[in-house]
Amino acid sequence: MIRSQRWKGAAFTVPFQLGFVFLYLLPIAYAVYESLFQEKRSGLGLGGATREFTGFDNYQLGLSDSAFMGSILRVVLFACVQIPFMLLVSLVLALFLDALTAKAANRFRIVLLVPYMIPGVVAAIVWINLYSPAVGPLTPMGDFLGFDWNFFAPSMVWPSIGNLLTWHGIGYNMVIIYSALQGVPREMFEAARLDGASEIRIALSIKIPFVRAALVLTGLLSIIQMLQLFNEPALFRNITPETVDGSFTPIMIIYNQAFNAGNYQYAAALSVLLALILGAASLVFYRLTSKEVD
Amino acid sequence: MATTTTDSPSSTPTKSAASGKSGVPPVRRIADPDPAARGRGGQRFILLGLILASVYSLFPVWWLIVAATKDQVGLYQSNGLWFSGMHLWDNLHQLFTYEDGIFLRWTANSFLYAGVGSLGGTLIALATGYGLARFDFPGRGVVFGAVVGSFLIPIALLTLPLYLMFSKIGLVDTPWAMLIPCLINPFSVYLAKVYTEATIPFELLEAARIDGAGELRIFFSIVLRMMTTGGATVFLLAFVNTWNAFFLPLTVLRGEENWTLNLGLYNWSGKRAESGIDVTSLVLTGALLSIVPLAIMMTAMRRYWRTGVTLGALK
Repeated sequence: MIRSQRWKGAAFTVPFQLGFVFLYLLPIAYAVYESLFQEKRSGLGLGGATREFTGFDNYQLGLSDSAFMGSILRVVLFACVQIPFMLLVSLVLALFLDALTAKAANRFRIVLLVPYMIPGVVAAIVWINLYSPAVGPLTPMGDFLGFDWNFFAPSMVWPSIGNLLTWHGIGYNMVIIYSALQGVPREMFEAARLDGASEIRIALSIKIPFVRAALVLTGLLSIIQMLQLFNEPALFRNITPETVDGSFTPIMIIYNQAFNAGNYQYAAALSVLLALILGAASLVFYRLTSKEVD
Repeated sequence: MATTTTDSPSSTPTKSAASGKSGVPPVRRIADPDPAARGRGGQRFILLGLILASVYSLFPVWWLIVAATKDQVGLYQSNGLWFSGMHLWDNLHQLFTYEDGIFLRWTANSFLYAGVGSLGGTLIALATGYGLARFDFPGRGVVFGAVVGSFLIPIALLTLPLYLMFSKIGLVDTPWAMLIPCLINPFSVYLAKVYTEATIPFELLEAARIDGAGELRIFFSIVLRMMTTGGATVFLLAFVNTWNAFFLPLTVLRGEENWTLNLGLYNWSGKRAESGIDVTSLVLTGALLSIVPLAIMMTAMRRYWRTGVTLGALK
């Protein structure tokens, strides 16, 4: 490639690079910078606040902040239950689709993707109303069956949110896994059948290993989403502020520190910590799950 | 003339999207479907499982449609899964006139942010993807690394400092606070790069250059035309993302006249708890309406976003 042409090629990426500097790098640098300071209020907090350089104090506070660390642990535990369950359902449904004729598979695929077409906030509003004892059909249904369901009870909030996230995510993950399944060479099945393998055996030994990369990808995307869980709990908080408190998830804590407590420097430190944890979690997950995948 | 060998925009050059009929998976089956469940029992079991999953997927939407047709009394007293009276028009009228039609204002805002923002973002992404895919310039690896690395940045880490920066220059609570962040979308760039690699052959560019076309002209009159499918997918996914955004508008928009639909519905949804007004049917009718544009768009452009979803998955 001629030298002048190279530079012209680089010029195509200049608008993005400029934007990236102003909308990504600069804000991150700003957050890191702010996180090294603290506002000290004098007297009764009536006087003006003075800024002091405090180095890593905010980070130490964050790491020993039981509410913040607790919220991370809560979300991680929740992820360990909800994500494998959701991916298992998506995988089974994708295998089911793969067993149908192309026409039938298409119909089901469109139907199963309906939840994904609904904005997350709207999906949460719909489910909150379904859960609601006043207007929702689920509580009377539970009464009829002899259950005393209260979807907003402290012990039920996580399952309620988990069901909402599963409902919203199944179709999308199923499509990704199903697309990967389409790439399996059909001759492999014929060969396996000639050897007398059962269909379930084929699914376990040929199909599932073949879609492992897709499973790793969907798992990784789900983990990244889960650590940033905010919208759904925020909508639940609207309805049941007593069960879903302001420190329910890491991002809720950060938001409240910044906008309600006015403690911006601490919120910045917490978001940097969360970013580091997110990066580490992704790396660990990737290492654990993708041994010798191409 | 080498430049005339380009396909017409209507034909799709991508292998994956060229499956002809829409509704056919991007990767073609070589043989007939794998009749996994040879036995009738197996086939029945599979159909049953899929029907159950379909019911689970659809019944909340069904309930929402039914709920939007009820008045307050019906909402609280009749069976949620079946109609009772037809009050959809009253509900719509109430929705459009509540607080001087603020709901319509939010709808317009959502369209503005998602439409204009994604259009600008798509153009920038296509240019960037093209530059990354078809030119070898110093620092190319760094730019691409930044694109992929930014997938891992938590939204709060960007949004909070962005809010402070915007408030310093007086952009908070203006449409710009939503539009400007939409212009830079790393995932769109990543998709655009993948699409360019699949659709724009090096030879074509060389031929155009030999014919004396300038780089800008090549991009605008050849590359963009060949990238209509890819561009549409990038635009669609960015539009859906912006339409669904919640954290960014919650942070940078203050007054209700600039809110998005999501923000407005969120606010109404919390009203029940704090004030005596019951806005449940407003919330539900509004929720149903806010799905409509997205559903229409996704259905109309089904082929495009399916390609996008699978492409994102194959990497």
